[in-house]
Amino acid sequence: MSIVELIRLAKANNDFGVLSAGIPYMKTLNIEVHEADGILTVELRADRIHTGNPWLPALHGGVIGGLLETAAIVQLAHDQDTDNLPKPINVTVDYLRSGRIATTWARAQVTKQGRRVANVQASCWQEDPDKPIASLFGHFLLG
Amino acid sequence: MPCRGSYDPPSPPRPRPRCGHHPGSGMTDHALMQQILAFRSQPENQSPHGNFLGLEIIDIDRGKGVVRIPYRAELAGNATTGVLHGGVITTVLDAACGISVICALEQRATIATLDLRIDYLKPATPGQPVTAAGHCYKVTRNICFVRALAYHLDPEDPIANCTATFMITSPQTGAARVARVSS
Repeated sequence: MSIVELIRLAKANNDFGVLSAGIPYMKTLNIEVHEADGILTVELRADRIHTGNPWLPALHGGVIGGLLETAAIVQLAHDQDTDNLPKPINVTVDYLRSGRIATTWARAQVTKQGRRVANVQASCWQEDPDKPIASLFGHFLLG
Repeated sequence: MPCRGSYDPPSPPRPRPRCGHHPGSGMTDHALMQQILAFRSQPENQSPHGNFLGLEIIDIDRGKGVVRIPYRAELAGNATTGVLHGGVITTVLDAACGISVICALEQRATIATLDLRIDYLKPATPGQPVTAAGHCYKVTRNICFVRALAYHLDPEDPIANCTATFMITSPQTGAARVARVSS
């Protein structure tokens, strides 16, 4: 099934968990999508392959960036009217705290959605949503 | 301890390159770079996520580092097109920036990414490895400033451009740590 068909299916059944079938990176890194009241939460399941610094140990900055970007993309796929995946134009990731090798959650909010470009903010946390380990803002070209 | 990304190997102790080209100081820049390269190229001294992606250090120099990851379809952000996910590009750029910072510092230090801004200039071509070249162009007592470019073969035709700042998180910081960085 193509990504366009998957997004249509996700919207029809309000089940955005199916998107990982069209986004191989999500499966490979063990990232899942959960939906509640129109808000998607993305879950990164703890795995040693996410380790950046093995001596702390801590999550790799690239994994954190990838998780935040995934949260932004699936939320936009959910919000937008078109049925293709949005593409990142630019992203800025601020690293706020050291991430442990533990389940990490991320959520994105579309700040402004234009016809072609959307501005999105996202943050991720481990135990307490009020203590984010990193945040992202970026522009995405709508699908 | 902020965020991730320390690159502080516990062993072997890294010789202190006090004055790179000065006679009698022990190691030259070249010898030091070779040692860092040999040490960091061993899988047990790379980050597990880097190993997972097959990340390789291609080249290093004072304040500079080049890394590469092979293409893998299971890292795509879109199964239909096969284009690599932005997270993979983020990882390779972050790694290039981090190694550039290590190669810019006079002494061993623990570092952490403060922020990373990436412009995605064009989609990565499916099937091709991605190279990232970083340059730490300014070192201060606490903060290092870095830029990096991701590309396939030609840096003139880049996939993504990145600017980043890193913090030196080791307890002992100060002017002694500040290196002259080649421009």
